[in-house]
Amino acid sequence: MPIEKMTDFSITSMQVLDEHGNLDQELEPKIEPSRLVEMYRVMKLARQVDERALKLQRQGRIGTFAPSIGQEAASAGAVFAMEPKDWLVSAFRELAGWLARGMPVESFFLYYNGYEEANLYAKERRILPISIIVGSQLPHAVGLGYALQYRNEENTAVVAFMGDGATSQGDFHEALNLAGLWKAPVVFVCQNNHWAISIPVSKQSASRTLAQKAIAYDITGVQVDGNDILGMYVATRQALERAKNGEGPTFIEAVTYRTMMHTTSDDPNRYRSEKEVTSWWNRDPIPRFRKYLQGKGLWDEAQETRLGQELDGQIEQAVGRFEAFRPEMPDAPFEHVFGTRHAVIEAQRREFLRQLNPEDSDG
Amino acid sequence: MAKLNMVQAINLALSQEMQSDPDVLLMGEDVGVDGGVFRVTDGLLEKFGEKRILDTPIAESAMVGTAVGMALAGLKPIVEIQFSGFSYLIFGQLEGHASRYRSRTHGRYHVPMVVRMPYGGGVRALEHHSESREALYGHLPGVKTVIPSTPRNARSLMVSAIRDPDPVVFMEPKRSYRAFREEVPDDPESYPIGKVMLVKPGDALSVICWGAMLRPTLQAVERVEAARKLAIEVIDLLTIAPMDQPALIESVKKTGRAVVVQEAPRTLGVASEIIAGINDHALLYLEAPIKRVTNFDVVTPFFARELQYIPTIERIQAGIEETLDF
Repeated sequence: MPIEKMTDFSITSMQVLDEHGNLDQELEPKIEPSRLVEMYRVMKLARQVDERALKLQRQGRIGTFAPSIGQEAASAGAVFAMEPKDWLVSAFRELAGWLARGMPVESFFLYYNGYEEANLYAKERRILPISIIVGSQLPHAVGLGYALQYRNEENTAVVAFMGDGATSQGDFHEALNLAGLWKAPVVFVCQNNHWAISIPVSKQSASRTLAQKAIAYDITGVQVDGNDILGMYVATRQALERAKNGEGPTFIEAVTYRTMMHTTSDDPNRYRSEKEVTSWWNRDPIPRFRKYLQGKGLWDEAQETRLGQELDGQIEQAVGRFEAFRPEMPDAPFEHVFGTRHAVIEAQRREFLRQLNPEDSDG
Repeated sequence: MAKLNMVQAINLALSQEMQSDPDVLLMGEDVGVDGGVFRVTDGLLEKFGEKRILDTPIAESAMVGTAVGMALAGLKPIVEIQFSGFSYLIFGQLEGHASRYRSRTHGRYHVPMVVRMPYGGGVRALEHHSESREALYGHLPGVKTVIPSTPRNARSLMVSAIRDPDPVVFMEPKRSYRAFREEVPDDPESYPIGKVMLVKPGDALSVICWGAMLRPTLQAVERVEAARKLAIEVIDLLTIAPMDQPALIESVKKTGRAVVVQEAPRTLGVASEIIAGINDHALLYLEAPIKRVTNFDVVTPFFARELQYIPTIERIQAGIEETLDF
């Protein structure tokens, strides 16, 4: 039998707005001016929240946290393409995306100050909260997608985030395999920020693109400039449409860069050069989008100054609220271990409360 | 009322719960067309269709991981892990997510899910098909671990597991799957998770056991009772965690002596936890040290040697006599 070519694959890369603010007019999405301004506002809010959080962390007012500075466009662009009834499955570097979906700013601070109450807001916005174990959230997205099909929830899909490191995990491959098999309405968004703590993508995988990993599962894989919010919006919009039309999942590799440390406990000077980081600052998603808005006559210097002050004020209020937060129930972990009551756990709850208030002899 | 073996009894529970609750669905390797390698899911595909009975690829972590997603969306997935020896791949999803979603969101989300798995030795199976690792699952806060011992309680506990709002690891003693039959009511019947079952009352000694150890325990008890003319209390643990500690303590306060029979290796096992609880709350009632009759702290041998390691009627009998004679 002669050798026969079975099939052919290629990977495309998309950019709508380049780093100088030049636009590809054919790809430009039609978005209401007020919505464009909102997209800018959310990216700025995320940036300023991160900057404030860095200060709070250094002052010991919040614990260690994972900044998203430089990656605002990747998650915000994807989330602005979603509808309220779509599900968002989080990794842990999607601050702009969560804010775009209405996360209260104090929830971010509460989370990084160690309170589960940070996650109370999530369900009504169809968000699965931060998932720290890399890649472990991806099967959940497929399960959510299956549930949407099962219940015939029309025009609804799931957007699931991950980082580049997740593509090495077994759960990533198992999730993509099942998603492809079930034609699950899921859009996988991989924020390739080039670094998994100290491991560069080049040490993560021999694949020339991460997008090509989708090919093995017969899933559409595309690469997008992740610092281009319009590119992310367009790619996610198309992927969501396909998902909602029953055409199955999409894998979007958002090429971006982690300009800061992995978390505030990390020192990136140990493993990467200042020169590399600087080159990515030149591709910062925020000034690029500002130029676009200015070009459309939607933005000027005065608005920029006003927005910065307004967001600072909003963040300050959130800091006030989170610092005033006092947990109502020290024994909440006992309350929420199960939805049913059990003698062993209730006995331990009484023991815990007694140790908390030794003078209270009750129980 | 029909006389069913455990396989049929669990099948009945699955079928009736799926009939009454459209949110219940079942997934696993070979659960559909094949009806499960032990036939526990036999006939369910025909009754409920491919949407609710999913034959999945061989990917245990993804099965439980996708089940977590389904449960978060309000469905009630049942996952069959073909053998408990393959269940360690689900550990990340169980400990990392299924057990935590309720606590992580203070109850906004929860994960109603059942993970079924045949466990335990005595069926001359290959490596990885004989272990009793209930202690691994029982140690995870936020997960309930249940082990039935007879057809009737397997059915009634499975009903409770499916209706439970939290993740339940349901370990089925495969040695008991077809070993005997029992009358099982036709109408749905449930037994509460977190409660022991008093198998027979007695005042001379309490024997606590679970799963496939119930039958050899009952036989050992019968021998001792016949020889010594006394009454031994037998308690079937049924729920490994959260454990029904008050019932165990109450029994030992009455009898003053206890033996715990465990198929699993000894160190850090469920028996140790039972004894620690009795020591905490009933030490002064004890007339003798509490005896553990268990497997040994060895890697489960291949099946030719297996039965020498699992507690036998003789070893259980010796343990009871030693405790009575102390």
